[in-house]
Amino acid sequence: MSDPDEGASANGAGAAAVLAAGIGGCVLGLCALAGDASASIGHLFNIWNPTGPLSGVTSAAILAWLVAWGLLSRHWSGRRVNLGRINLISALLMVVGLLLTFPPFMDLLQGK
Amino acid sequence: MFFGGLLMLTVGAAIMGLYATSATGSHWTLTPVQARLFSGFLALIALLAWITVLLGAYVIYPWYRAHAPAGTLDLSGYPQRLLMSKPSTTGWHDIGMEWKEHIAWFAPISLTVVAYLFSRYGKDLHALKSVRRAIFGLIALAFFATCVAAFFGAMLNKFAPVRGGSVITLMHEESHDE
Repeated sequence: MSDPDEGASANGAGAAAVLAAGIGGCVLGLCALAGDASASIGHLFNIWNPTGPLSGVTSAAILAWLVAWGLLSRHWSGRRVNLGRINLISALLMVVGLLLTFPPFMDLLQGK
Repeated sequence: MFFGGLLMLTVGAAIMGLYATSATGSHWTLTPVQARLFSGFLALIALLAWITVLLGAYVIYPWYRAHAPAGTLDLSGYPQRLLMSKPSTTGWHDIGMEWKEHIAWFAPISLTVVAYLFSRYGKDLHALKSVRRAIFGLIALAFFATCVAAFFGAMLNKFAPVRGGSVITLMHEESHDE
């Protein structure tokens, strides 16, 4: 895929933020599915009882997002990357995350 | 609902502002002051999104999912139990709340990245097509997530209102004892 911003200045920091958001969204979906499919994982995610497993699912996703952002920023800062490709990967990760949070799709995957 | 509604309005305004200032062929070039102000506006929207989901998950949701003591017949103080007590309303929990409680978190993550991208590349967005696409993709996702969460929030509140604890009382019934 060609980069429409070819010739522009370094965009690595921006690309890191975009990809990290996709990773965070995808981890949110994966954790939501895991917590729903397995009672033991759901119990593991229950880090604050009044909110239940949602507290652990969202905390894990936020942690994954911030860690990914930090690591990617350190790796790509000051560099030029193909942001068009990063956008596409991030969009795919977000779609996966969105689908995995949609209850009928979750149930379909679990054969319910 | 107040925070969710406010978030929908402000995200809508941000989409219009971003489009007006960064679309190809737009003649509106932001001055440094305007860019700083708009950057601050986007940061405030991201903060609002975080406040909304945190309040929702850690203040409202515990009220919603409160367990009714055994033998409770009046489930009006236990919205989740009330919805799940009838086949005609159980879908509002199984699909509505189950989706809303997760999808809402896409909004603050996306809006934080949008605010960051604008603060870093805002003045060059005319030229940076891929950054512009990323910003519009993320803010569209945030708007969609906010709309889904707000819709189900409103519907759930209609079918099984979350009343919360007895401590928070905003209005009292007028007394006509005279």
